[in-house]
Amino acid sequence: MYRIIPYLCSPKNVSGYSFSEGYPQLLPDGEGIFLNNIKFFMATNNLQSYELMVIFTPVLAEDDFKAAQKKFSDLIKEHGGEMTHQNPWGLRSLAYPIEKKTTGLYWVSEFEAPTDLIAKLELQMNRDENVMRHMVNKLDKHAVAYNLRKRNKHTAEVVAS
Amino acid sequence: MAKQNDIKYLTSTRVEKRAKKYCRFKKLGIKYVDYKDAEFLKKFVNDQGKMLPRRITGNSLKFQRKVAHAVKKARQMALLPYVTDLLK
Repeated sequence: MYRIIPYLCSPKNVSGYSFSEGYPQLLPDGEGIFLNNIKFFMATNNLQSYELMVIFTPVLAEDDFKAAQKKFSDLIKEHGGEMTHQNPWGLRSLAYPIEKKTTGLYWVSEFEAPTDLIAKLELQMNRDENVMRHMVNKLDKHAVAYNLRKRNKHTAEVVAS
Repeated sequence: MAKQNDIKYLTSTRVEKRAKKYCRFKKLGIKYVDYKDAEFLKKFVNDQGKMLPRRITGNSLKFQRKVAHAVKKARQMALLPYVTDLLK
């Protein structure tokens, strides 16, 4: 699924042209338009890597915990995101009490998503009573590489043992 | 009045030479500071959970900033405490 954004990319601006008129305009993927003999493409696939960490309330049963994870991963997929990795840490003690609870169910997931998804996701998480705390982090290329390396190392250890 | 050159010391003046501090991120080629790794971040905070200054850790400005961000994120997610005693 692609998202059409209402501005053009590469090269960033052309003097003398205002792009406010007639845009946003739908262009098929890969096709561009010519202005002053310069080809412009619509940025259709502006996915960004994110990392989501959620602390669920520890009173959840295992099935509820899984259901809660599924709820948010489905939400991401529904809006054009793609789950890269999910890592439920499970029950962990908190460094300080949150909502008078000393433990929490941690869930870390990595995904790629269009940039407007995050607002929707945060809204849902704020509404959800089971979520004690959440954090969405934008990942740069070093972070993605780090996570990938860590993951591979972990799986290699599991295979070896 | 005695000039600087005239002063004689009975024992030779000792000048302590400390090992030069270095930025461990630059040295080890770490480019991303992970906020999830609380054990690693504990190296950069004192017993009360406060951030150590750059003059002690020896980090470069770039990575001290990244460490600071990571510590703050870890605190938000209750991986590190905001205030405590005897963290280590």
